[in-house]
Amino acid sequence: MSCHDRILLDDWHVVADMEQLRQSRVLSATLFEAALTVSLGEDDNVSVKRDRDGQDLTCQLKYGFVWVCPGTPTRDILHIPEAFEEDRYVVSGGSFPVRTSGLRVVENFLDMGHFPFVHTGWLGEEPFTEVQPYEVELTDDDEIIATECYFHQPIASPTAEGGIEVEYTYRVYRPYIVSLYKTNPHFDDRKDYIVLFIQPVGPERCVVHNMLCYLKEGMNMPDLRWFMQLIFAQDKPILENQIPRRLPLDPRAETPIRADKVAILYRRWLREHQVNYGAIPAV
Amino acid sequence: MTTDLQRNWYPIASSTDLPKRHVYQAQLLGREFAVWRADDGYVNVWENRCLHRGVRLSIGINDGRELKCQYHGWRYANRTAGCTYIPAHPADAPARTICNNTYPAQEAYGLVWAGEEATGDVPALDGFDDLTALRPIPLIAPMNMVAEALLEYKWDESCKGARNDEGSVTVTASDGTAVRVFVQPLDSNHSVMRGIYNRAVSEDDRVALLKRHSWLMQELRDRIEAQAATQDAPEPYHPVIAKVSEDLVDIPAISEDGRTADLRVTVTRKEMTAESIVSLRMEPIKGTLPTFQPGAHIDVHLQNGLVRQYSLTNGPGETDHFTIGVKREPDSRGGSVSIHDNLQQGDNLAISAPRNNFPLRRDSVHTIFVAGGIGVTPLIAMARALNAQGLSFEFHYFVQSDDHVAFKREIGEFEGALSIHTGLSPDATGAKLAEILSSPDNSRHVYICGPGPMLEATREIASEKGWSDDAVHFEYFKNTTELDDSSSFDIDLARSAMTLNVPAGKSILDVLRENGINMSSSCEQGACGTCRCGVIEGEVAHQDVYLSDTEKAEGKSIMTCVSRANSDRLILDI
Repeated sequence: MSCHDRILLDDWHVVADMEQLRQSRVLSATLFEAALTVSLGEDDNVSVKRDRDGQDLTCQLKYGFVWVCPGTPTRDILHIPEAFEEDRYVVSGGSFPVRTSGLRVVENFLDMGHFPFVHTGWLGEEPFTEVQPYEVELTDDDEIIATECYFHQPIASPTAEGGIEVEYTYRVYRPYIVSLYKTNPHFDDRKDYIVLFIQPVGPERCVVHNMLCYLKEGMNMPDLRWFMQLIFAQDKPILENQIPRRLPLDPRAETPIRADKVAILYRRWLREHQVNYGAIPAV
Repeated sequence: MTTDLQRNWYPIASSTDLPKRHVYQAQLLGREFAVWRADDGYVNVWENRCLHRGVRLSIGINDGRELKCQYHGWRYANRTAGCTYIPAHPADAPARTICNNTYPAQEAYGLVWAGEEATGDVPALDGFDDLTALRPIPLIAPMNMVAEALLEYKWDESCKGARNDEGSVTVTASDGTAVRVFVQPLDSNHSVMRGIYNRAVSEDDRVALLKRHSWLMQELRDRIEAQAATQDAPEPYHPVIAKVSEDLVDIPAISEDGRTADLRVTVTRKEMTAESIVSLRMEPIKGTLPTFQPGAHIDVHLQNGLVRQYSLTNGPGETDHFTIGVKREPDSRGGSVSIHDNLQQGDNLAISAPRNNFPLRRDSVHTIFVAGGIGVTPLIAMARALNAQGLSFEFHYFVQSDDHVAFKREIGEFEGALSIHTGLSPDATGAKLAEILSSPDNSRHVYICGPGPMLEATREIASEKGWSDDAVHFEYFKNTTELDDSSSFDIDLARSAMTLNVPAGKSILDVLRENGINMSSSCEQGACGTCRCGVIEGEVAHQDVYLSDTEKAEGKSIMTCVSRANSDRLILDI
């Protein structure tokens, strides 16, 4: 099954981390089941070839990643102001291959209810399990934003000391790109930022690339990367045990509750944009 | 269409695959199962998928009573597979329709058997006086090819194979030893051979026997797999996963069952548990009982036509029966007296499915239970649930005397958390309550059930001590308010676009029913909370004892069985 969704084909997707490419000069990658070769030339130019037909694909470097558009780009790579703020570390927490649909990964990222059970002792702990009502909206730019999301967290970040009430804002920019803004334990008015650039390898496989934009104050990069890897390592076995692997868009396939308000809107938004790759369409 | 594949029983696990508190992942005809044994011995065979987000339940936690999903901590009850708790919404009782798919299961001959739609008994082992279950051997080949090849299975030259009606193969040697092999179709091209030997063997001999057959069957496996590899693999099965119930699609679920007595039960035990308190154990006449949650009550339809509400005292996972406690109330209209004097062990009763209008939060750091007399019953079920999860609580039980302490075995489980306060005067009770409630705290919750005056006193003391209304939960047995039904007013039904008049002498609930609107109800006297309905506009004349003062002041809900309007018109969210 290959991808026929125009909205995905005409968009930009991360296929490699520049750090890795600098080390190996050539990398193999897969996007929508098509094998690609990513090369770093003598002149530090990056090229991406499709193995099947040898065709060069349109590519760009941004945020330390190689981006590819397999179709005709109808919009640019999204702009993330936090990545240009000098008092932040801007770093990848690592690229994680996951044997499930990238859409499942987005939904897991938008979910607070699992914190006490999957990230026990870090992002949540029993008995503090309640997901308070929060706000969700579809913006004029056709993004999904969830605000006023509060959760009690024992160790919210590598710099946190003791439990705090954390406020999150979630934002879905594109079907496979999602971010969050999260309370920084040392600043009342600034938030730490994480964005996932998910590479759809196949309908049931993905690589989760990410960019962390964390305020430097009191933080160091190794701890930050370590924390992201710890949290993601806790999510991965859950994600790989979801059946079916593709995200079902039929409202009766699974059982949403109030806490899943943002996921309900995400699934509806995917239906409306006819995103079928990585999904089981509603019939 | 149901085929033999669906109707047949197949072995899906060995009994030894289910050690205490384990969850085993099995598969039949392409469908995955989560298989787990509860502490009461019951073997559950469920769809291997949490209804919420599809996570495999085989990676969940078997706590001996319930299975807890790893992803969001949803709890599913032993036997019924109904959801008993959703941690993300601690104040809510999960909708009754959140129930996992279960499959028929039996345990026999050291094997666990299941079938998609199997009925009746598992195949009889004719001629097998004794038995030993052999090691299962999985292989990549279709079931029928495996069964065919098994006819040639041999451990000595005298062995002869014969096919049984249901597809298994019996191989018999001239010395009378025999092995019957059942083939479990994991999928269209994957099978497991599960053999049973017709003798019991001693420990040393057993190991030798298992090794020998394991070796021989692996040899057979290699031959069958080689044969299967020469053919095209059949298309894998595509098991259909049933959709969740329609009413779960939109988030708020309004149950639409009236005051019905859907269940028929037999009273299997009737015994005095304390002075003038009888406990009744009820078991289903057929099938299973629906899922209950701690704090739930049932309607009991008595032989004399009266309907009474009683709380369940069951602990989590106790799903093969319901237990209630009934106090003899000589001054009442005869419900309890009829149970005490006329109901016999062995009698059948009609009861409603359990309803939970007194849900238990499990997200508080510490929970305080305050029980007065027979009000102990719902609190027993709640404290047993917290106790099973290892959550912190204290249990205060106010009674006239030691003879009045009911359900001693159940409350004995609470050990150090239990305090029994006997023979206190109203003043002394007040002083004790003031002591219990001396330190209000947002992370603690209080649950109270008992006679009206004690309940009022507890609520008053809690409020004086600074407890917020949200942290104090209570359940009245009955509404002693003198009801006034003299007013007449209109109700607009926002969702049904109807306007109805409620005349003097009739309740909102009566009028709704007369107009074909099915509204759930239970006590019909403003105590239980079942007929609660949202109010969009209008001023409510509350006459119930279910809603808290804060909820009454907000005016967003009404108990349609007793409460009325102070304005000319109410707009209801129906």
